[in-house]
Amino acid sequence: MAEPVTLITGTRKGIGRHLAEHYLARGHRVVGCSRNAAEFEHERYRHEIADVADEPAVKELFLRLRRDFGRLDHLVNNAGIASMNHSLLTPVATVRRVMDTNFTGAFLFAREAAKIMQKARFGRIVNFTTVAVPMSLEGEAAYVASKAAVEALTRVMARELAEFGVTVNAVGPVPIETDLIRAVPKAKIDALVARQAIRRLGRLEDVANVVDFYLRPESDFITGQVLYLGGV
Amino acid sequence: MIEELTRLIIDSTRELAAEQGLELQGEPRPETQLFGDGGVLDSMALVSLVIAVEQAIEEKYGVGVALADEKALSQRSSPYRTIASLAAYAAGELGARRKNG
Repeated sequence: MAEPVTLITGTRKGIGRHLAEHYLARGHRVVGCSRNAAEFEHERYRHEIADVADEPAVKELFLRLRRDFGRLDHLVNNAGIASMNHSLLTPVATVRRVMDTNFTGAFLFAREAAKIMQKARFGRIVNFTTVAVPMSLEGEAAYVASKAAVEALTRVMARELAEFGVTVNAVGPVPIETDLIRAVPKAKIDALVARQAIRRLGRLEDVANVVDFYLRPESDFITGQVLYLGGV
Repeated sequence: MIEELTRLIIDSTRELAAEQGLELQGEPRPETQLFGDGGVLDSMALVSLVIAVEQAIEEKYGVGVALADEKALSQRSSPYRTIASLAAYAAGELGARRKNG
């Protein structure tokens, strides 16, 4: 079984689903995960239902993965939620939910993935941040803070895992036509796009292109990096 | 259970040494010093061993245990000194996990 095993979180829709299909098309065995059932099937796709921040559930997912596949080449930590609210109007329950999914979930998956990868002395971990971090985007304090934490995690884990042959990088998309931004008023999206060097909405392929780059065997000298789309 | 866990840690240590080309100064035994003064593992090899033992316990007993939690790291006499001390610590953690379901 030479096909690489790629684990992608948040594959029910949006970027995660696109990436799952993208890597299936490239011959990978893909394990996806979300809180609900998948809406697509493929002979090389396995869907796991789990909340990414639920430690016992995630540990079980990895136990099955290790038992059934015996390896893990790539982790794409895509699962994420946003919350648009002025900080003065943001309930703590929302802050916790956003931090749990975006940061704790990414941490947990990276930790468990690296435990498998370190044995093989090879692995690629790709985290997801957002251009909202360098923009210090107002109205998204909890979301931006959770993604800033993901960037810090990326840099620290890159150093900790380098010795094991595992790279850890992050991609920061601009707004893309997905559910995450569908609720955002058009004027706000337009204002965001105007702050990019290249002024257009992102495409799913733009994200896949960066992930491809990080996963390539030739990218073994690239770690701890954050790459933003659109020239932000 | 301690004997079983000792055997499991010895096997994991032997496997790790083979993979990473570590000098074990003879066959691993319960008294083998793992980490610290006279230990055969550096800190990265210790991380790998702890992970390997956690995974082996999970596979053998169907229970996940954490052998590197805050408790282990703050103990004055580290559970990572020898194979026997790690086995004793693992037995304690495994027993606690089983009791709590």
